[in-house]
Amino acid sequence: MSIKRLSPEESLAVDKFSVDEGKPHIIVDKNICAHCSDRACLVVCPARLYQLKDNQISFEFAGCLECGTCRVMCSEGGVTSWNYPRATFGVSYRTS
Amino acid sequence: MADDKFDAIVVGAGPAGSACAYVLAKAGKNVLLVERGDSAGSKNVSGGRLYTYALEMIEPGMYKRAPLQRKIVREQIMLLDQHTATTIDYFDPRFAENVPQSHSVVRAKLDEWFASEVEAKGGTVASGILVDGLIEENDKIVGIRAGDEEMRSDVVVAADGINSMLGRKAGLFSDLEGHAVGVGIKETIELPDSVISARFAVKDDEGVARVAIGCTDGISGGAFLYTNQGSISLGIVFNPAQAAKQGRHIQEILQDFKMHPAILALIEGGTTIEYGAHLVPEVGYRGIPQRLYRDGMVVIGDAARFGINTGLIIRGMDLAIVSGLAAAQAILQAESTEAVGPMYMDKLEELMLLGEERAYQNFHQIFEIPHVFREVPKLANEAMQFLFTVDGKVPTPMVQGLMGVVKQNMSLGQILADGWKVYRSI
Repeated sequence: MSIKRLSPEESLAVDKFSVDEGKPHIIVDKNICAHCSDRACLVVCPARLYQLKDNQISFEFAGCLECGTCRVMCSEGGVTSWNYPRATFGVSYRTS
Repeated sequence: MADDKFDAIVVGAGPAGSACAYVLAKAGKNVLLVERGDSAGSKNVSGGRLYTYALEMIEPGMYKRAPLQRKIVREQIMLLDQHTATTIDYFDPRFAENVPQSHSVVRAKLDEWFASEVEAKGGTVASGILVDGLIEENDKIVGIRAGDEEMRSDVVVAADGINSMLGRKAGLFSDLEGHAVGVGIKETIELPDSVISARFAVKDDEGVARVAIGCTDGISGGAFLYTNQGSISLGIVFNPAQAAKQGRHIQEILQDFKMHPAILALIEGGTTIEYGAHLVPEVGYRGIPQRLYRDGMVVIGDAARFGINTGLIIRGMDLAIVSGLAAAQAILQAESTEAVGPMYMDKLEELMLLGEERAYQNFHQIFEIPHVFREVPKLANEAMQFLFTVDGKVPTPMVQGLMGVVKQNMSLGQILADGWKVYRSI
């Protein structure tokens, strides 16, 4: 392989994750997000897990890099709950 | 578990937590080091470079046992424009002599090693345990909760990182604010050691640390590059509030930087093997919470938001280690749990951590000057272009040509105002 421009999905594909199926560690309330005009999450989540679909914020917890940026930058409180994944789940860094 | 009361429970096996636990275990204390990752380091990301003096403070010569990457002998500053780049390279082989000044590090390796050192001194390391909360009795922290388990100790040391839930749960400080942090993202790019050494003109055990500006779409922030053994760490730290206003996704801006011809030439042929992200404290002394302790608990490392960023020197892990040492010394010397916190603050002064933080306390204001991240690097490159271009025509007189480059990018008033701001900040 050589160096190329990677999409967010391709970037995440090289990481090792153990997904806690059905148990999101971050809860997002789309109804609150509907009234948010900042929507910082769309550009500052390093994994680009917040996206606009049908004009609504959609969030996918698998692929989370556990950095905390979305919680810190959420201005309207749409991120109603932010925790680390349960032990043994989430990202496992090997070379960072 | 109630019978097995520990002298100290340290939450988080990063450099701060492991340093603290190591010193305590070495002094014969019964210490438990709890880590949420399956192994220490598996949840951690740094640039990263570690300044060696901090490990020397823990134990002289200890760094020789650590899985450090390359001794940094080249300090580089890169100014980028769209197609061009100007790089300043300071080579100092003395940085590698005796106790080398700093090394590049890979946290998965460094943190796992440091936790194993704690075990070797008789400390208990419990990985794969997420601490959910604190046990509080009579206004005093007496232990931690993890799932159904309770673990008790005289002192709880919160080394739980920049997002420190324990510090917030203990009511010591409120959550981070967007303006006070940077969001760092990074790719680890695998390359053979011989290729890295040749491209960066260093010996196989020596390496490069580079900072770069002009690659953030004008957003306050900068890029970094560190050479490791068999890999290169390449990333950018952004001010998230400015990134949010600007509108392009930060992962995409990192890709632009990676594909810049001046960067691509360094990493070509490599393979991206990891993508990571982490928050960093960005406002130095002014970002440190007023309260870092209460009866039965102290906060150290990233959790205490210790960080120094002058633009050229970026420090966090060394300060984390020093703060871990300060907490350990306080725990060892205090006559009551109540006395640990105040003594910890004294130790932070004694070990000069707070003095260093204060010395740089206004530096972050430089990063609030918008021209630093677009106009200044652009101007520098255009000046270089003017100075180095030969086309067989009669050249514009030197001063007139350079002034022209300056005026295209910034007004004289802006330069004076920015210069004054920089002067006031340092």
